Amino acid sequence: MVDGVGQEQPRSANFGPLYEGPPIIEVRDLGISYGGKPALRDASFDIYRHEIFGIIGPANSGKTSFLRALNRMDDFTTGMEVRGSIHINGKDVNDWRNLYALRSRIGVVFPLPVGLPLSVYDNVAFSPRLRGIRGKAELDEVVERCLTRAALWDEVKDRLDSLGSLLSGGQQQRLTIARALSQEPELLLLDEFSIAVDPVTTMRIEDVLKDLRSELTIVLVTNLVQQARRLADRTAFFLTGEVVEIGATEDLFKRKVQDERTTGYLEGRFG
Amino acid sequence: MDRRDLAWYVDKTAQWVIFAGGISAIVFIVGIFIFITKEGLDFVLGPLNLGEFFTSIAWRPTSNNPTYGALALIVGTASVTGFAMLLSVPLSLGAALFIAEFATGKTREVLKVLVEMLAAIPSVVWGFVGMSIMHPLIMRIFDVPLGLGVLNAGLILGLMAAPIMTTIAEDALKAVPDAYREAAEALGATRWEVIFKVVIPASRNGLLAAVLLGVGRGFGETMAVLMASGHAINIPTSPFDSVRALTATIASELGDTVRGGDHWGSLFTLGILLFVVTFVINLTADIVVRGIRKK
Repeated sequence: MVDGVGQEQPRSANFGPLYEGPPIIEVRDLGISYGGKPALRDASFDIYRHEIFGIIGPANSGKTSFLRALNRMDDFTTGMEVRGSIHINGKDVNDWRNLYALRSRIGVVFPLPVGLPLSVYDNVAFSPRLRGIRGKAELDEVVERCLTRAALWDEVKDRLDSLGSLLSGGQQQRLTIARALSQEPELLLLDEFSIAVDPVTTMRIEDVLKDLRSELTIVLVTNLVQQARRLADRTAFFLTGEVVEIGATEDLFKRKVQDERTTGYLEGRFG
Repeated sequence: MDRRDLAWYVDKTAQWVIFAGGISAIVFIVGIFIFITKEGLDFVLGPLNLGEFFTSIAWRPTSNNPTYGALALIVGTASVTGFAMLLSVPLSLGAALFIAEFATGKTREVLKVLVEMLAAIPSVVWGFVGMSIMHPLIMRIFDVPLGLGVLNAGLILGLMAAPIMTTIAEDALKAVPDAYREAAEALGATRWEVIFKVVIPASRNGLLAAVLLGVGRGFGETMAVLMASGHAINIPTSPFDSVRALTATIASELGDTVRGGDHWGSLFTLGILLFVVTFVINLTADIVVRGIRKK
């Protein structure tokens, strides 16, 4: 048996000791639409602390929209409407009066690497500076720690002053991860991070993510089914705005599914 | 001829047309420089006294004992352009920021069209505005005997340069990928932080180009300055003083000169000066931009 949509509590046997305590994210009756055109319908599920929560599904299935709703990027996307509720740490995201404070607690990694047109150092120091950290020594420490955790430090330590946007695609993506980590987020959202990254770098980043699991919660949107299999503790299958299935990743790949479409997608029959 | 042949010819032809287009810019600029220099060279090498040219304010080319002191003209152009930039740089960068970053939907479209329409107003119309509207207005408001001068010409020139600067600056801001904005927003930056820490640094080359285009416009503008500046040879000591610009001098005097004479040559020397200054401004900008890029 696997967890279906709308079921309040997921099956506990699938979770190791890491998943104690209340969920970090509670999604209830979430609907997202763009100018009346629905992108996600009636989504209700929980995401637990310290899990890697995979979201798979073909294009236009609402995966990215879900991420955008999590850190309320909808405020800057014209025509994006969000109904239902998302609670993070028990607090409705719409109740945050200071939107920027909410966003600063959520790290986001976009599909295409975005090295801001600043130096490597300034890229990573951007968020700490927004928080008001000014001391050189403190910033140095944050930059080195985050770059090291993102497995990039050794490659860039001698050129921290060069433009972040001049790094290679894979390096930029790790820079983006370092930047996200510099926010000291509780939650890390990754949106198809490996699209523009070579396989070797992808594996390195995946290792980084596995290590990070002990410190934070990761929501991993991916169009690579095998990537979800390698990383995710639980995986949700989104299809054209419908949450078809949510279950322990292992179960899904053992074809212990509730909906035949899931197997169809996992086996590559469509999508 | 099969289709591949045709495609090959089309491709080759397009290549040549584009090459010719690109090279023509160089041909024209070099051609203009050669022409101006040729016309002015006899004068520069002959009767011109460089010391007098740059330090004297006595521009009397038609006198029995002609003197060619261009200092007042240089100061006239510089003061009017400087005043215009003081006014229009903040105005147009602000307008560009508003249109590119804050205005949405209809507001944005309407503003863009209006700004572009403003850029299309002929300079003689601006000159007319300077003469018939600003002139009496300045006299009344500041209680001065004459409303034609640095203030009037600077205002008019500033208003003329602003739409172009706004358009170019807005293009530069819009050219910054939204991915940068989203990334910065996702890091928890407010909109001002996004604009000042990411968008403006990323577009500074374009913004600089916009400002320099405005400076160039101010420098080269003739008709409006001729009409609004008072056209009097004078070193200004207050914004209400009349001045005469380099360009306006060439425009107003060239028709009355003997082709190939000293006066003719002296006007072309002013042309060379304008050309060199413009060239230096652009070169400086280029070096600055390169410097920024290298970093």
